[in-house]
Amino acid sequence: MSTAVTEIPQESRVHYLNVSYGVKSWLLTVDHKRIALLYLVSITFMFLVGGVAAVLMRIHLIEPAGALVQPETYNKLFSAHGIIMVFFFLVPSIPATLGNFLVPLMIGAKDLAFPKLNLLSWYIYIVGALFTLYAVISGGVDTGWTFYTPYSSTYSHSAVIPVAIGVFITGFSSILTGLNFIVTIHKMRAPGLTWFRLPLFIWSIYATSVIFILGTPVLAITIFLLGVERLFHVGIFDPAVGGDPLLFQHLFWFYSHPAVYIMILPGMGVVSELIAAFSRKRIYGYTMVAYSSFAIAIISFLVWGHHMFVTGQSIYAGLIFSVLSFLVAIPSAIKVFNWTATLYKGSISYEAPMLYALGFIGLFTMGGLTGLFLAALATDVHLSGTYFIVAHFHYIMVGGAVMAYMGGLHYWWPKISGRMYPDMWARVAAVIIFVGFNLTFFPQFMLGYLGMPRRYAVYPPEFQVFNVMSSAGASILGIGYLIPLVYFIWSMRYGPIAPANPWGAKGLEWTVPSPPPTENFEETPVVTEEAYDYAPIPEGQHG
Amino acid sequence: MADLVAHGVAHRDEHGSAGAHSQNLRHHFDNMSQQFEAGNLGMWVFLATEVLFFGGLFASYTVYRALYLPGFEIGSHLLDVRFGAANTAVLIGSSLSMALAIRAAQTGRRNAQVFLLVLTMILGAAFLGIKFSFEWRNDYLEHLIPGVNFLYRPEWGANAPHVQLFFCFYFIMTSLHAIHMIIGIGLLSVLTWMAARGRFSPDYYTPLEVSGLYWHFVDIVWIFLFPLLYLIGGRYGIGGGH
Amino acid sequence: MNAATCLWKSNLLAAFSLPIHPPTASTIGQGVDYLYFFLTGITLFFTVLIFSIIFYFMIKYHRRSDDEVPGFIGTSMMLEATWTLIPMAICAVIFIWASYLYFENSRPPTASMEMFVVGKQWMWHIQHPEGPREINELHVPVGVPVKLTMTSEDVIHDFSIPAFRIKKDVLPGRYSSIWFQATKTGIYHFYCAQYCGTDHARMIGWVYVMTPDDYAGWLSGGVRGESMVESGQRLFTQLGCITCHVADNSGRCPTLNGVFNHPVKLQDGRTVMADDAYLRNAIVNPNSMPLPGYAPVMPSFQGQMNEEQLLQLIAYIKSLGPEERKSAGK
Repeated sequence: MSTAVTEIPQESRVHYLNVSYGVKSWLLTVDHKRIALLYLVSITFMFLVGGVAAVLMRIHLIEPAGALVQPETYNKLFSAHGIIMVFFFLVPSIPATLGNFLVPLMIGAKDLAFPKLNLLSWYIYIVGALFTLYAVISGGVDTGWTFYTPYSSTYSHSAVIPVAIGVFITGFSSILTGLNFIVTIHKMRAPGLTWFRLPLFIWSIYATSVIFILGTPVLAITIFLLGVERLFHVGIFDPAVGGDPLLFQHLFWFYSHPAVYIMILPGMGVVSELIAAFSRKRIYGYTMVAYSSFAIAIISFLVWGHHMFVTGQSIYAGLIFSVLSFLVAIPSAIKVFNWTATLYKGSISYEAPMLYALGFIGLFTMGGLTGLFLAALATDVHLSGTYFIVAHFHYIMVGGAVMAYMGGLHYWWPKISGRMYPDMWARVAAVIIFVGFNLTFFPQFMLGYLGMPRRYAVYPPEFQVFNVMSSAGASILGIGYLIPLVYFIWSMRYGPIAPANPWGAKGLEWTVPSPPPTENFEETPVVTEEAYDYAPIPEGQHG
Repeated sequence: MADLVAHGVAHRDEHGSAGAHSQNLRHHFDNMSQQFEAGNLGMWVFLATEVLFFGGLFASYTVYRALYLPGFEIGSHLLDVRFGAANTAVLIGSSLSMALAIRAAQTGRRNAQVFLLVLTMILGAAFLGIKFSFEWRNDYLEHLIPGVNFLYRPEWGANAPHVQLFFCFYFIMTSLHAIHMIIGIGLLSVLTWMAARGRFSPDYYTPLEVSGLYWHFVDIVWIFLFPLLYLIGGRYGIGGGH
Repeated sequence: MNAATCLWKSNLLAAFSLPIHPPTASTIGQGVDYLYFFLTGITLFFTVLIFSIIFYFMIKYHRRSDDEVPGFIGTSMMLEATWTLIPMAICAVIFIWASYLYFENSRPPTASMEMFVVGKQWMWHIQHPEGPREINELHVPVGVPVKLTMTSEDVIHDFSIPAFRIKKDVLPGRYSSIWFQATKTGIYHFYCAQYCGTDHARMIGWVYVMTPDDYAGWLSGGVRGESMVESGQRLFTQLGCITCHVADNSGRCPTLNGVFNHPVKLQDGRTVMADDAYLRNAIVNPNSMPLPGYAPVMPSFQGQMNEEQLLQLIAYIKSLGPEERKSAGK
């Protein structure tokens, strides 16, 4: 799909990629688009490191007695996988890459509110990542990404402090990113761009930023206290000296539960954009979808205790956390129904981004519904600490968030790079990922119900069949992820030049050339349309 | 939210010295007042993160205080309330001088700005001086620093581990606060240098404004810390003192 | 579950040689399973529904030409309300059902047989009150409610018996408890289900559910040591408790006769129940809950015995009825 307007050939046009060359021009940039690419490269690298850990784990688990490594090493592998994937890939992924690139473009601004803070946030991320990678190389940490005390504070003989420092530092990267987005969205929208004309991606980034701001500092203080306890053994979490190990869990999950919504909300925003663009329709129930992002962000702070139903907390506390956990599922359900309704009488095309979006809806529905098993007290007792939990969160994080991230990367790749990727390969990869993903993680639901606990380096033989199935799926999934890596890099040199609006989509980002010039807009646009204004809205109707 | 839109639209129509030709206007903003508001909102959002940061710490402290009140009372009584009160007065004074410094920028008085900023720094340094050279030095001499030289005393009996826990929180909370003070003094020294060079005017004093917010916040944290740490259990026979 | 269903299921399983279902061997197991099947049904229903609608729309509304633009469709608030309220109603049903089961499962019947579990890196020590001790094995009689009182020597563990659909975290410094009533004899796995270090995956064992006769035989057979009460009495003397806690209340300390499971009035006016946790706290953290009329002079016994010995000592104290007089060495 190309526009009819004659465009200046890309080679002779100055844009953000060719306006200056050299390492310094990238490492000292304050252009939000270049910073987004710096993040893209960094988190892709971290994704590969975390992915290697996963591959090693799944190879090891082919045999009940363990096929590859000693238990100590296995424990370090799953800890590294969790820490890297959560803190260094999933949390920053969509906000720091797609968010950084798109937020100013989508609201008609020239940059974020604080460009230098933006660059600083990337450097902070890099320092944190280096600390953590150093820790992994120098022996690793074996506490799991959850660092439960007193194991992590007193008993573990691994590199807890370096990893804790790495995660602590990286948290500030999140905080600065969130701060930047909130101020930008409040203060720098183009004239005419009212809140309810914003793309839903912006709504979800805003809600995510609220969680960044309010949740991450609590993680920071939790890690800080853990470090003090580990260094000085003063008894904050040590029962022998009067401390309470469960206090750590309350503090930890107060951040880490909202953190999982940090990981999914931006993905939901991306899916809204994809569904609208590839059905050429405004998202059904725009207002409800916008509000639901906020509802999720707020309620997410009230449910942390559902990670602790079997710790011995009061059954009345359990009741309250359970009912709130059911409540937080409702806004997500509303989104799923609204996305599906958007397809009704739409004009649907099947490019790779749309395949990812549709895959997201199906897999997120499954993952979300399996969350109900865990919000329900009686079943959670049986399923807690088992592979059911592992399957549940991978359905949401990988089947949901990563697929949305891939869909978004494909959708906006022409805008980011000025090139088209090969769509046939992209669709093949999307299908391989979908199949590989389900084969990897569906058997894990079965394992969980059968009672196989998680974080087990060895397991009883009756669990082998499902483990082998899961490992086979993981190999397919791995291949699926490598294919886009190849063709995206290929496309930067050999891909066809992309027009300003290859998909024929609505949105301010599609009104500027691909790639955009450094200042985004020559003149600040004035917005007069509703969001996703594909068909004119009849008189008297509302969006 | 309509007012935000109207506000946004109005930005485009502004004329005058706060318009787009000011040399202080960053290129990605449309006009000075948008830039000022963005800076302000940014600092408020940052302070929200600080509230949650200290909040997590306060929550942990509250849990243990509720569980171990006798030990925490012993610990609290071992702190010197006179130093704590003096520090409170010093900090409140420094917030006053900071606010006056901003006022001086708003009214274009350069010498007053510099004087008041320096005064704020001196008061901040006085706070740190009292804390480090009097309070903490005393604590060191009396073996009250957990992880360094903490010694149980027989008169504490079974409460001894909780007295240690109290001091653990005392040092964590006051050192985190002190780090924020030191950063604040650093900010102030940069601001003083800028003020001396005439960087601030009634049109542009955003760095002063946002740093002022930060400084007041650090002050408010201390106003919470002081009663929580120093005034547990009533010291002078009123309200059940021991 | 009747015989026909059992047969059909086992044939299916045999056909696929895949375990899908853990054994259901406790009284609560079936209730949990029914809820699980209901949840599975809901999940399948909505997944299939959403997938089908999406497939159908994808095909029916496939883009026919490049410049096709669909018409405007307004949002129906009725539809929004419907698909908000129906999920809420389903969630309410699940919540009430699950909470009811959870409440039922959290209260052990009063006539439960008690056993004591101590988890430590990386094994489980189990004590029966009659004396036998086991490592990584738990023998229980069928058809009798059993209450496990558990604690950890070091880090947080979790005692999980999937066949009974129960698990609970086992924490250092406090007691947690679960109960079950086994319904089928047999041998079932138990696992540690909270990551606890290097050999977390090897901290597993077997529950042996036996007929009451077999269980009685197992209890009395084999090497017979002291009962928990006897061990506890020995510790009570060895550690010097007996010098203060004299039975006729003539010492500096309150008598312990009949103290267990009765209310205790504290110095600050509160009244607490003297349960296992209270007794443990009184031994390792004395003077944290002072009693009126007694000086806080009891020394702490933290670190002077391990968790199993603590349980034995508490078993002894629990055995002290109000009318008995115990002296050192029966």
